[in-house]
Amino acid sequence: MAPVPYRVVAKRAETAETVTLTLAPVGAAIPEPEPGQFTMMYAFGIGEVPISVSRTRPVLEQTIRAVGAVTGALCRAEAGQVIGLRGPFGTGWGVDEARGRDLVLAAGGIGLAPLRPAILRALARRDDYGRVAVLIGARTPGDLLFEDELETWRARGAQVEVTVDRPAPGWTGHVGLITALAGSADVDPSRAAAYVCGPEIMMRLTAQALAGLGTHPGRIRVSLERSMRCGIGWCGHCQLGPLLICRDGPVVPYESAVPLMAVKEL
Amino acid sequence: MHRRGDGAAFAHTAGPQSWKPFLHRPRVKLWDADRTGEGFEVRDQAPDPPRYAFLGVRPCDLRAIAVQDRVLMGGRDVDPDYRARRQGAFIIAVNCTEPGETCFCVSMGTGPEAGPGYDLAFTELVDDDGPRYVVDIGTEAGAAVMADVPSGAAAGADVERARAEVRAAADRMGREMPALGLRDLMAENLDSPRWDDVAERCLSCGNCTMVCPTCFCTKVTDTTDLTGDHAERWQLWDSCFDLDFSHLHGGNVRASAKSRYRQWLTHKLGTWHDQFGSSGCVGCGRCVVWCPVGIDLTAEVAALRAEAP
Ligand SMILES: Cc1cc2nc3c(=O)[nH]c(=O)nc-3n(C[C@H](O)[C@H](O)[C@H](O)COP(=O)(O)OP(=O)(O)OC[C@H]3O[C@@H](n4cnc5c(N)ncnc54)[C@H](O)[C@@H]3O)c2cc1C
Ligand code: SF4
Ligand code: SF4
Repeated sequence: MAPVPYRVVAKRAETAETVTLTLAPVGAAIPEPEPGQFTMMYAFGIGEVPISVSRTRPVLEQTIRAVGAVTGALCRAEAGQVIGLRGPFGTGWGVDEARGRDLVLAAGGIGLAPLRPAILRALARRDDYGRVAVLIGARTPGDLLFEDELETWRARGAQVEVTVDRPAPGWTGHVGLITALAGSADVDPSRAAAYVCGPEIMMRLTAQALAGLGTHPGRIRVSLERSMRCGIGWCGHCQLGPLLICRDGPVVPYESAVPLMAVKEL
Repeated sequence: MHRRGDGAAFAHTAGPQSWKPFLHRPRVKLWDADRTGEGFEVRDQAPDPPRYAFLGVRPCDLRAIAVQDRVLMGGRDVDPDYRARRQGAFIIAVNCTEPGETCFCVSMGTGPEAGPGYDLAFTELVDDDGPRYVVDIGTEAGAAVMADVPSGAAAGADVERARAEVRAAADRMGREMPALGLRDLMAENLDSPRWDDVAERCLSCGNCTMVCPTCFCTKVTDTTDLTGDHAERWQLWDSCFDLDFSHLHGGNVRASAKSRYRQWLTHKLGTWHDQFGSSGCVGCGRCVVWCPVGIDLTAEVAALRAEAP
């Protein structure tokens, strides 16, 4: 249960309230996470919260949106400061087992952070996959994460489509819900695997749209969020029906998530 | 409670609290840490528990310990404090011959005869000249203890009588849980109007979770001293009836009392099977006794079943 000290070696502001921390172990390291997994990040004396890994290699990165006490403290951490990590925990996206398939990666808001390692993994082994489509929804252009990387992803063979809810002057891209982008993914839906991460309503509608286009619901995965106090199956907080999300999730097949997401307050 | 004239020592049912506080403690310090130059140094709290002997563990509570074993020691990560306490424990079970008004271990398949897991299991026989005990030896440690206790080979008639009294107790359970198909009943009735009905009565006090011998949920708190240089993490019992239990940025997932009672009961009787391979209820009846408004889970289940489409 003890956090492993990690030093912040670089810090990048993504948006007004989101930062990406590059982390290096002070002493011993935690095992290398799989894309989709998370760690419990500890801010000294303040608390510990689950945060997905946003890059697994060659360096560990985590991307945090400041919404409360702990995430606020983590976002204020400067290069040189030491934070704590436990993990990695939970299920991954399963990028390796999707080799040979087309990929659709659909993200809403901060949901792009957990998908980024999957995108990077697929692009690092570009020949192992068919077509790769990255669909991104953000509230405004200013809320876009990893903006300066999107061109690199395109250059390495990914289709990257971005839509915003509210455009800013000069915005020439899509406007509207990410669900509307589902059809523009240049993949063969019948042989695609899809990974969807964002607010629950966004995941429900996007997954539905992808399934409607012909992607098998068993190959659509979503990443669920619930309160987590331990990350290792003891605390009981992350239950969603039969699932302990820290152990059976956060990444679960859309098929098993649908009936659970449909019940109010489950 | 009243004293009987016959000197019986175990003519009571499961006590007001279970053995849970001794094994899965309400407050556990997990570690502390001190700030150093740029970082901090963490010291894991090495478990250093006393060794316990539990005398008078009822079959339902014995099963409850096995259920918590699976939760806290059966997964990838083992709770070291629980394990240390559990491994040191010596368990003397006592088979039930006097079930109480709120007992339903028979329905849950946990009693009145102790299942595996005890070092010794007593059955109390009361005659005119006081109580005697038929002892089943479960482990070598149990046998070693018995070697020092004045005893002899049990007479066949005594063993027969002991078994018969325990069997008879099975017919005198105060409550019954319509146990068949509970798991499906829970999964298929998440929208039952019955949850609104129980929510009208439930105070969300969490008593039921505090006394339930299998409830295991905890939260952690991170604190510092006034200098801010010394930090600690403590693990505390928590309850799914607490509003903050399901706290997420943006709101609590289970804001209504209805959803919290539903979470408790469907977890206990249904999804516990999915998560830990057994029911989370052992039929001890404590939650019935401790509920300040008299909510009885056996009655709620019967109503759910009656109202099921
Ligand atoms: C698997 C997973 C992956 C995630 N990945 C990311 C990610 O990559 N990036 C990201 O930015 N976010 C991520 N999140 C969300 C992130 O964990 C939350 O934003 C974070 O927990 C908020 O913590 P906070 O202290 O900043 O906010 P707060 O809302 O202050 O909550 C902090 C904690 O304190 C507790 N708490 C809050 N209020 C109270 C109260 N009144 N009484 C008692 N306890 C209280 C809560 O239980 C909570 O766990 C992820 C969540 C999960 C489950
Ligand atoms: S749910 Fe009630 S009857 Fe069942 S084990 Fe818990 S306290 Fe006992
Ligand atoms: S003890 Fe009774 S009132 Fe209190 S939370 Fe449990 S069911 Fe509700």
